[in-house]
Amino acid sequence: MRGTDLAGLAAVMQTTGLSFDQAPPISVPFRFFLTVPLFIVAASALLLWAGPSALLERHNPATLAIVHLFTLGVLSMTMCGALMQLLPVVAGVSIGKPRLVATLVHLNLSAGSLLLAGGFLWGWKPAFLAASICLALGFGAFFVAAGAGLLRVATRSATTLAVSLAVLALLVTVVFGICLALLRGGLAMDFYAPFAVLHPFWGLAGWVGLLLIGVAYQVVPMFQLTPNYPATLTRWMAPILFGLLILWSLAEAGNDVRYALEAGLAAVYAGFALTTLYLHSLRRRRQVDTSLLFWRVSMLSLSGALILWETAGLLPHGWRDRIELSAGILIIVGFALSAINGMLYKIVPFLIWFHLQSSLPGRHAVPNMKEILPEVWARRQFWLYLASFLTLLAAVVWSPLVYPAAILLAASALALWHNLLRACYRRREAGHAAPGI
Amino acid sequence: MDTISVFMTQAHHHCDTLFAEAENAMVDGDWEAATRQFAAFSRETEHHFKAEEEVMFPAFESATGMTAGPTEVMRMEHQQMRGMFAGMADGIRLRNRDAFLGASETLLMLMQQHNLKEQQMLYRMADQVLAGERCAKVLAAIRALEE
Ligand code: HEM
Repeated sequence: MRGTDLAGLAAVMQTTGLSFDQAPPISVPFRFFLTVPLFIVAASALLLWAGPSALLERHNPATLAIVHLFTLGVLSMTMCGALMQLLPVVAGVSIGKPRLVATLVHLNLSAGSLLLAGGFLWGWKPAFLAASICLALGFGAFFVAAGAGLLRVATRSATTLAVSLAVLALLVTVVFGICLALLRGGLAMDFYAPFAVLHPFWGLAGWVGLLLIGVAYQVVPMFQLTPNYPATLTRWMAPILFGLLILWSLAEAGNDVRYALEAGLAAVYAGFALTTLYLHSLRRRRQVDTSLLFWRVSMLSLSGALILWETAGLLPHGWRDRIELSAGILIIVGFALSAINGMLYKIVPFLIWFHLQSSLPGRHAVPNMKEILPEVWARRQFWLYLASFLTLLAAVVWSPLVYPAAILLAASALALWHNLLRACYRRREAGHAAPGI
Repeated sequence: MDTISVFMTQAHHHCDTLFAEAENAMVDGDWEAATRQFAAFSRETEHHFKAEEEVMFPAFESATGMTAGPTEVMRMEHQQMRGMFAGMADGIRLRNRDAFLGASETLLMLMQQHNLKEQQMLYRMADQVLAGERCAKVLAAIRALEE
């Protein structure tokens, strides 16, 4: 064999070979997953308490608090936890000291989200300052652990590229967010003002959207046996979106260029949603599982949000607040939460199964994925979720519906929690039973 | 000429198709078709495992000197998948649809992750160390298994 071959191989081995068997301990992702339903319950409680005032306009204190219980406590919580699990496997990124990192990220993210929500609700300055510190520490640990690894990846697949850009967008979001929080905490700086527009955009159209795109490239074909996303699409979609985000941030507010860039972003995201729905229609697996239903709701919500966003100009001016709120609900509770919820139903039982079969000697003792998390339970929770989501949307138009929406949302979250805990309990059960046999 | 990547990736797609057909037949409640399709699926997949375990992995190991590396992990995952074949076969034997579909769901996750790892890493490495002559030899040996 030629020397160059060996050198090349050594390089491949170094960057990817280690990932052949490198999953972190199961407690690393699970602490994040099990915390998520609690934040949904917290957000529902707040919604119930604030009532119709939470759905008046997006800068309302209770609304901002609920938004961040979702974007930080639910979306970022699952996404960071899932990435710590997936990066070693999918991208060959090794995370040093996974337990320590997981503890730091999880605790700081939880505390920071609650403090930020409290700050918004009661306008208490020290809470904004404390939240900023927690969130800087938590996300900081995540960036050091995951970001540094991502920078070192040698072979950049479409997924690792999209995920890397998503993590960069998270960095931008967090920096802007912390500046805004410091501003509210009393550390006033004049130049922070435009950040209030940039921050949510980078959070939703950057971090959340790019990450789901990168993950979809892998899991849509894998879970449903669909054809792959077209190669040109996977190569260009994420970088184009990221480029558009940067240009959009530099363009002047209220300018035509900015509208054009927004239309461009919307068009690419619409392309993603439609392609995914189309691929689903070509799937070779005929079985309709709950995860597929969640993904469909997610893609339809994304399409709905984009349509609303692009036609907002045609609707009467007085509707503006309602349109913005509906678009926010469609993106956060529809697009993002739905995809995440659906994915948990694949990831959690699989990880438990995987953990069980590698720790138990006798193969027969190991329950399969559907015994660990029965489809009927998942399906019930899906209907609760869908009811809560649609009622919440309707509540934007007819405000008394906010009460049933909050109750349904909490019920859906508790059902999710029950399903996840039950799956973990199956792990215990099987784990204890085995040595005795 | 085919590379190892191209040849082996085709085998993965072929097995995926057979898997989907077996599972679809079971979803439709067609026991006879499910039994037949499952037999085809497990036979073809077992054949692919054999091509790897008996021909390609040893060639890779002797070319690189790595016996405890990636190929060892892949062999272990083959064993795990064989466990799930057994679960599906039990489902057919006991006429237990849920047992079959639970095992097939688990197998699919396992199989797809395994295939990705092979396609994105192991086969690419194999293409590097088993080029030209060596590749032709490996592919010939695999085709010889079929006879
Ligand atoms: C370190 C973490 C974060 C901090 C400290 C933070 C802080 C803030 C603050 C202070 C505001 C109010 C802006 C204003 O004063 O007008 C805000 C708004 C907002 N943030 Fe965050 N945020 C964080 C993370 C995120 C993330 C990760 C997302 C999305 C994924 C997000 C989405 C939003 C949204 C949608 C709004 C509403 C803005 C509007 O409607 O105009 N935030 N954030």
